[in-house]
Amino acid sequence: MAASPYLPTEKFARWRKLKSTAVTGVLVVCAFAVIAPLFLVLYFLLVHGSSSIDWNFFTQLPKPTGETGGGMANAIVGTITLLTMASLVGVPLGVLGGIYLGEYGSDRANDWLRFAADVLNGVPSIVWGMVTYLILVVPFKGFSAYAGGVALGLMMVPLVMRTTEEVLVLVPQSYREAALALGVARWKVIMVIVVRTALKGIATGVIVALARIAGETAPLLFTALGNTFWSHNLKEPISALPLQIFAYAISPYDDWHRQAWAGALVLMALILALNITVRVLSRDRNMSH
Amino acid sequence: MSTASSQPSVLPAPGSRGPDIAFKWVAAMAAAMIVVLIVLVGFELYWGSRLALAKFGPGFLFSSEWDPVQDKYGALPFIFGTLVSSLLALLIAVPLGIATALFLTELAPIRLRQPIVMAIEMLAAVPSVIFGLWGIFVLVPWLRDYLFVWLKHYLGFLPLFQGPIYGVSMLAAGIVVAIMILPIITSISREILRSVPNLQREAAYALGATRWEVLKIAVLSYARRGLFGAAVLGLGRALGETMAVTMVIGNRPQISASLFAPGYTLASVIANEFTEATSDLYLNSLFELGLVLLGVAVAVNVVAQIMLKSMTGSGPIKVS
Repeated sequence: MAASPYLPTEKFARWRKLKSTAVTGVLVVCAFAVIAPLFLVLYFLLVHGSSSIDWNFFTQLPKPTGETGGGMANAIVGTITLLTMASLVGVPLGVLGGIYLGEYGSDRANDWLRFAADVLNGVPSIVWGMVTYLILVVPFKGFSAYAGGVALGLMMVPLVMRTTEEVLVLVPQSYREAALALGVARWKVIMVIVVRTALKGIATGVIVALARIAGETAPLLFTALGNTFWSHNLKEPISALPLQIFAYAISPYDDWHRQAWAGALVLMALILALNITVRVLSRDRNMSH
Repeated sequence: MSTASSQPSVLPAPGSRGPDIAFKWVAAMAAAMIVVLIVLVGFELYWGSRLALAKFGPGFLFSSEWDPVQDKYGALPFIFGTLVSSLLALLIAVPLGIATALFLTELAPIRLRQPIVMAIEMLAAVPSVIFGLWGIFVLVPWLRDYLFVWLKHYLGFLPLFQGPIYGVSMLAAGIVVAIMILPIITSISREILRSVPNLQREAAYALGATRWEVLKIAVLSYARRGLFGAAVLGLGRALGETMAVTMVIGNRPQISASLFAPGYTLASVIANEFTEATSDLYLNSLFELGLVLLGVAVAVNVVAQIMLKSMTGSGPIKVS
């Protein structure tokens, strides 16, 4: 810079300022462009969904092709069933794995396990469906609610594991030391003191994972399969809201499109409710610490 | 202190390390499940596709024939569709996401930050199938009647914007996927930008830089590698996107220069044809498509993790 004595002119300074202002404007526009789709999606969900939703939607089964009316009662119950089964698979595995990471594992092993969990998180959801198809659908000769629950449950494992570990390391070391000094067995220290202290955080992680999988469709396509009647046996196919929305959205019937919007509105409401629960839970946690 | 007369029941009897060791092993096995799952996923897909692997060999990747009637299968149109739709999505989402992250970390008034961050988190929570539904009935008709017509009119001299307009198309898929990966790109970029030390910015301001010059010289160049990692992570997500893409891409296994033409992706052909696969070879070929998808997605994710780790791990010091 010393070589050429460079004197910024008034004009050049103005140009630089103008450029800076222009970029600021562009950034503002970009930020609003990013959140615009959310409002567009929510707006159309509300408009199309609320005009199609009625009491029958919650209480009736889907009507056969050609008949109008009917509802998605079985899909709503199916989604709840599948989420319950997924939790039964994903929560114990995820929480215990998180306990190992937080309480036992060496730094080196933990680095690898965390890395593995992150990689597993990046496995496309449709791949989970294919794998579960080979493990549970082929050997037991049929699509089943079990297979759907397991596919979703396996997707939960890495998520729950990482969040569990994160909240366990927040539990003060002095709690563990105090309990151990009293002669309490290590596993009891962990289960009764550490996990109990971090319970709200763990629950938050589980709900985050549930909100993530509640709208998953791809892993259910060849596991739970979906149907249009009440499932009385978990060994049989079961319906779910995302499956039903997909089936109706790509159908050629207007009445089914209407129902797809209604289903989407209900599914979105369910997921938002889960997210709000997370917010409330984590606000309490932040205050108590 | 206390006498040894009454011990609380939580005390272990002498020599009862058994439960402790058992619990540790149970936890270790749960953690090891992560590794088992990775191996299992890879192995099952390999096992499911062994007939196709044996029959077609590496030629599977380069053949563009997909003919269930004659039992001939090739992956090329699907690989093409997956790459093109994902790259289109990145092209749209990366600049928008980084710009939004810049806005949130450097410009936005504090009061505006939280609502925007919350809106972006909510966008991330919208399920793929709902984006697909919205895509079919709202976005695609709008693109077909307005944006595509406009593009064709003004940019029609490019091969990218030629040919008939159906609405469902590669470009529609790219746009929907862009919307879906924006939240992850924005939030990771935001984390990266927040880890840029304030000293960087202050030094640039002290030299008389304008706001844009500070962003360019001090912030973006410092965060370059991390932002690249965010983009790669977004690519990983885009590759595996299934439902929304299936609903708007048109599902036609063809390779066309035009972005208005329908296409097909690895994930969507699996979603559409898996339960209809009538022959063993057909099903095996679909599994091989899954194997290709898994391989690419995992490789991209590993690269992203390594890049992000080197950015956040080897430590720019947090000044805030």
